[in-house]
Amino acid sequence: MGQDGVLAGYDPGALFCEMLRPGQPPDAALTLLHQRLGDLPIDSLRRRSADAERDLLERGITFTVYSDATAIDRILPFDLIPRVITAEEWHTLESGVTQRVRALNLFLHDIYHDGKILKDGVVPRELVLGNAAYCQAMVDFTPPQKTYVHVCGIDIIRDDSGRYLVLEDNARTPSGVAYVVENRHMTLRVLSDLMAKLRVRSVDEYGLRLHQAMAEIAPGGISDPQVVLLSPGIFNSAYFEHVFLAREMGVPLVEGQDLIVEGGAVWMRTTAGLAPVHTIYRRLNDDFLDPDAFRPDSQLGVRGLIDAWRRGAVSIANAVGTGVADDKAVYAYMPRIIRYYLGEDAILQNVDTRSCAEPEGLAYTLAHLHELVVKPVAESGGYGLLIGPHASHAELDEFREKLKANPANYISQPMIKLSVSPTLCDDGVKPRHIDLRPFAITGRDTWVLPGGLTRVALRAGSLVVNSSQGGGSKDTWVLE
Amino acid sequence: MSETDFVSKHLIARHAGSALWLARYMERIENLARLLDVSKTFARDDESHRNWLSLLRINGDADAFFASNAIADATNVARFYLLDGDNPTSVQSAIRYARESARTLRALISTEMWLQINVFHGRIRALTEADISPEGVSGVCAMLKEGVQSHTGITEGTFYRDQCWHFYMMGRHIERADQITRLIDTKFNALMPKAADAAIDAGEWNELLRAAAGYHAYRREYPHGYRPPEVAGFLLLNTAFPRSAGLSLAQLDWHLTTLRSRYHLRGCTPALARLDELQSMLAAQTVEEILRRGLSQFLDWMQRELGALHNDIMTRLCGAPVAAEQEQAQS
Repeated sequence: MGQDGVLAGYDPGALFCEMLRPGQPPDAALTLLHQRLGDLPIDSLRRRSADAERDLLERGITFTVYSDATAIDRILPFDLIPRVITAEEWHTLESGVTQRVRALNLFLHDIYHDGKILKDGVVPRELVLGNAAYCQAMVDFTPPQKTYVHVCGIDIIRDDSGRYLVLEDNARTPSGVAYVVENRHMTLRVLSDLMAKLRVRSVDEYGLRLHQAMAEIAPGGISDPQVVLLSPGIFNSAYFEHVFLAREMGVPLVEGQDLIVEGGAVWMRTTAGLAPVHTIYRRLNDDFLDPDAFRPDSQLGVRGLIDAWRRGAVSIANAVGTGVADDKAVYAYMPRIIRYYLGEDAILQNVDTRSCAEPEGLAYTLAHLHELVVKPVAESGGYGLLIGPHASHAELDEFREKLKANPANYISQPMIKLSVSPTLCDDGVKPRHIDLRPFAITGRDTWVLPGGLTRVALRAGSLVVNSSQGGGSKDTWVLE
Repeated sequence: MSETDFVSKHLIARHAGSALWLARYMERIENLARLLDVSKTFARDDESHRNWLSLLRINGDADAFFASNAIADATNVARFYLLDGDNPTSVQSAIRYARESARTLRALISTEMWLQINVFHGRIRALTEADISPEGVSGVCAMLKEGVQSHTGITEGTFYRDQCWHFYMMGRHIERADQITRLIDTKFNALMPKAADAAIDAGEWNELLRAAAGYHAYRREYPHGYRPPEVAGFLLLNTAFPRSAGLSLAQLDWHLTTLRSRYHLRGCTPALARLDELQSMLAAQTVEEILRRGLSQFLDWMQRELGALHNDIMTRLCGAPVAAEQEQAQS
């Protein structure tokens, strides 16, 4: 058994498999990859997988899981079998993501200025102006390049017919990009023979591109702007990524206590005294950024920062108040938002979504609860969602009550049979569901990192890929 | 290209402090391992526990130790310093603080440095009661010394030598200077009264020098035997000996001067003034004079001044609030 190739006995059934791609035209690179996987003994894959896991732990490439009162450092499990995207597929994804980011930025500029889209009745006024993430401090303020969402992570899934669908826009402070690069490095360390002579797009440019965008949005007239990365600190669950990005950009990794607003400008405390700061790539939520503007009890932020920003003394990425654009309820309007601003059809479709705030949506959701996925609009990380087809009667009944108590808090979607990828499991290589989060950087223009973060639900049949819910990740290969 | 082309980058004050602390905690682990090892050897035939008591006293830990231990024997002291995570002076605490500092600095230190600290942390955290049996302690001490030495070597070979490195190196030299005075203090008073009879005490001199990794070099310098002034002079003043106070102070001087001249850090001035005083006090007296005036008092004064020097650097260059830093330095 142990000498069997990795794909021996692997059967994705009727699900769309990103590796085998039944019914798609043959591709030379994919054929070669299949052959190599076929020749790779599963024992060898297991050994390398153990090496990779030890390596991740030793490198401290970890995230922190919070449940009740405990915090545990865990590695994000890494599955060595790559997820593959062809050049043609990538073209669709890249242009679809770019289109979406353009629309998100135009939408944000509009709702914080004239609100034309609201006046024209394309998006309900209440949904935007009454949204908890709508930020008064942004009204009538125009950030440099009119860019609000400098870093965007768009969650994309693929259904059983192979169609790409957008599941969620992450326009606040999306995380995960460090894993994209680290996963590639890991592949090159432990499984480089699989990639030899295949032309796979590089992911090493991210830090350079990010720094370039941060320089582009710096306040005008500064030739060599000082960029910093603002982190909540070493106990934040994404701290590893903050370190990674600061290193890749070659800029200081600061906390709120290292910055000060004085004389209308923003400064960092250095060994030589105060030094000017021009662009802040912040990985701190809106609420914590500035105790003067938002939560007065925040110890993590910088007093007076928002005021300095509005006066143009410093630039902040992402802008505050972008959460209104990635809200799960606003999401349902994205195809219309794209059409409104760009006069184009959405290249990437939405999952058919019903808002339970609307009576028809609620009635439909209650009637079809057992076949739907229901999500709270304000939660992320896969918390508090119901997967109808996998729920027991008791769970359905319980959820029905929660839904009725606060319908506006929920949206519902049909259950999509996510595409799968061969994944190393305890009982061999099995099909496991995956998604994709490409990362788009926008300064003057938008650039999309080839590939993105592929997350994989490691439990059999599970559709939840979130790292906090037992998900892992894979290296994502975009073929040239 | 002149060398000033490379010095434009700013260093966050807090990061400078973390670099200094990282080096101090790592050095502290190596020195604690040396002290434990040498005390254990001295204590072999000693039922009075005098050596363990003196180790606790030198580290200022007697009160904390006796709050939870009845007697200062080999096992209790080893447990206190090797396993007890609640004891802020244990290797468990030191590696925890070191790793935390390294985590703060992770964007500035090399990947190899971080990896080694992380693995070393895991190894120390995994120590159990079974590892610190009387037969096992030497092995643990060897592991600790080797771990820090790996760290030191990796740092030497991979740490980019900008401002951050200078702060790191200052931490190392402050800690070494401080620790050598403690090592001398631990053993010197015990040795002094009997020092006239060199033959009897050869073994103990031997161990003291070995603990400081200076035995063979000392033999080469002084092949005739052991004289207290020569041993003290070797450990304190000999700038060819890597762990001597004199060399550490000279290195500190170079780092501070470089930070002031090359990086224009005006905050170096108070530390430089204090260092100047420390160096003059060492240079202006012969060892015989120091011994005559009281070695222990002199070592105490040095330790206090080194603590104050650390505070000068932390408060004037690393952004630490004056009161908080003093408190931390005393713990």
